[in-house]
Amino acid sequence: MINASWLLIAIPLVSSAILLLAGKRSNSWGHWLGVLASTASFVVGVGALFELLGKDASERVVDVHLFDWINAGSLHVGAGLRIDPLSLTFVMLVTFVGTLIHVYSVAYMEHDTDRRRFFAYLNLFVASMLILVLANSYLLLFVGWEGVGLASYLLIGFWNHNPNYATAAKKAFVMNRVADVGMIVALGSIFATFGSLEFAQVLPNAEGLAAGNQGMMNLIGIMLLVAACGKSAQFPLQAWLGDAMAGPTPVSALIHAATMVTAGVYLIVRSGAIFTQAPNALLVVAIIGAITLLFGAIVGCAKDDIKKTLAASTMSQIGYMMLAAGLGPIGYAFAIFHLLTHGFFKAGMFLGAGSVMHGMSDDVNMRNFGALSKFMKVTWITFGLGWLAILGVPPFSGFWSKDKIIESAFATNHGEGWQPWVFGLVALIGAGITAFYMSRLFFMTFHGKARWSSEESSELVHRHPHESPALMTWPMIILAVGSAFLGLVLSLGDRFVTWLEPVTGHVDEHEPVIAVPVLMTVTLVLVVLGVFLAWRQYGAATVPTTPPQGSVLTRAARADLYQDSVNEAVFMRPGQYATRTLVFGDKKLVDGAFTGLAALIGTIGIGLKKLHNGYIRTYAAMMLAGLIIVLIVAYVIWN
Amino acid sequence: MDYANYLYLAVILFTIGGATVLLRRNAIIVFMGIELMLNAANLAFVTFSRIHGDLTGQVVAFFVMTVAAAEVVVGLAIIVSIYRSRRSVSVDDINLLKN
Repeated sequence: MINASWLLIAIPLVSSAILLLAGKRSNSWGHWLGVLASTASFVVGVGALFELLGKDASERVVDVHLFDWINAGSLHVGAGLRIDPLSLTFVMLVTFVGTLIHVYSVAYMEHDTDRRRFFAYLNLFVASMLILVLANSYLLLFVGWEGVGLASYLLIGFWNHNPNYATAAKKAFVMNRVADVGMIVALGSIFATFGSLEFAQVLPNAEGLAAGNQGMMNLIGIMLLVAACGKSAQFPLQAWLGDAMAGPTPVSALIHAATMVTAGVYLIVRSGAIFTQAPNALLVVAIIGAITLLFGAIVGCAKDDIKKTLAASTMSQIGYMMLAAGLGPIGYAFAIFHLLTHGFFKAGMFLGAGSVMHGMSDDVNMRNFGALSKFMKVTWITFGLGWLAILGVPPFSGFWSKDKIIESAFATNHGEGWQPWVFGLVALIGAGITAFYMSRLFFMTFHGKARWSSEESSELVHRHPHESPALMTWPMIILAVGSAFLGLVLSLGDRFVTWLEPVTGHVDEHEPVIAVPVLMTVTLVLVVLGVFLAWRQYGAATVPTTPPQGSVLTRAARADLYQDSVNEAVFMRPGQYATRTLVFGDKKLVDGAFTGLAALIGTIGIGLKKLHNGYIRTYAAMMLAGLIIVLIVAYVIWN
Repeated sequence: MDYANYLYLAVILFTIGGATVLLRRNAIIVFMGIELMLNAANLAFVTFSRIHGDLTGQVVAFFVMTVAAAEVVVGLAIIVSIYRSRRSVSVDDINLLKN
């Protein structure tokens, strides 16, 4: 199956093309074709997985050459796929969660007239994401990178008849272009340093070339980080993710929670060999991760929009992954592990949120929810499993991955200096805040008093909550099972970490600065504290339907810590002024000079025209005058 | 006899001819002005030829007369045809190329 792994990409790509080209004719069966394509991709992926598992650990990195792509001067890039534990982990995540979300979407988008187009874009996304993770060169990775950006844009703006949604799509697109500049500079620097863009030539040579190229290594590292920040919504390019929730909920689940936004983490881990040689860049990665971790968590505490809370949570969880990736080789495997478990529980919770919206007339305001556990049993339980997983309650998935990240953070830099304390404490506090905001979301939605009513006469909003159809609940159930047990199954005997070793390398664990059992206890105490605070405020007490004014911090968090205002003041306004000044300068100076010159010549021409009055004697007089002038000049010159 | 007097006469004739061309409106009269200027030039040629004892100037005078004859033919033909179409020989009326 490994040699046929190009099918992984080809199937959804062809399906997407068919759906887009066939147009309305495929309206009746298009969605099932989309589901089929995604499922077929998953089956091929499973085949490749088993073939790879059958090999020896040392032979688990396979490069499949497809065709010569670019031959220009000293630049030779072949299009090929790299099948290794890391890429196959992503393939499994993307195709499995992707297929479940395809199935869910069949029901979720049932009443949308453009359902076929939606599936075409979803298939396009799956194909692009698989190109991204399977590419065996940075250049092909970049193709997938742009492909997922395009699919994300198309899907965020899927309901583009609403101008706000179209703007949100544009915002995501533009911010990702900013990050792409980093990607392009990184590609150029990699080629300049290594003379190649293929992983097989770049990654093994990083160690040998690092000695004389320290500055270059750090530049590559930082530029890759810029690219990762844009795609993964990390500080300071995080502002697009919240608005990206304008897309249909399955899109948020697949692209903006489980897969695409984690591409940045993939990029860093994939380039681990370079980052290991660039300690400064690696430190920046960890710092960015730590900042985003707290940023997302704080924003999540104040949002009333269920999807935006989840988006903030995604940002924060990817911050955890970035932090882990920034810890160096000890963190790479845990970053990917958390990415995998997060892909399951966050996608599950997003689908749960979609199910709640489905039952509540597409309302997203949690202040209009409450007491839904009685009406949506399946959604409640599946969401609850996801909630326990993200909290890091043992034995659910998140516990196995997040606790490892916290432990590794406390063991940074071999447990010396300020790094282990700062990163460790940030990760620890983040876990407490996560527990608070996720419990807030959970209690506000499913528990407490109902802040809606099915009676016409009531003052409260009028809703008829009901459980979603089976096509929607089954994917949620499967993801919930994953959220519950995946971490445990993969952690037994360090199975997952060992599986990733061909890519991340084997690292002996360092002792955290605080003993592991103490750390676990403190984490759990913080989590329980967070849940308790959330229960007291949002579960037991009455939640007001209009948000109270709140403290300065609450108001700041509600406004995304003023990220848009900052972007507007620092980048957008000066940019606008710069362009306006340039346009003004262009019109007045450049255009002015040219039109002025033309006008001057025209004026002279009009003046000269008056000499041609049609009277022969005037012409004759001019000739005579000219002759006399010539004679005088000749006379003066000769003497 | 002072040769300079011939030259003065030539200058006077040329000036009269030039003034005629510049000031008169009748095309025939203008034409006569041109002829007068040509003949003033001829007079100057002959005079200089005499002064320098060189016959070249006189030869050129013959050439000028020949050219003048041809020019009269062409010029009068033009004036006649203009008169036929416009019923006027005033040079001020012939201004189609104005501006």
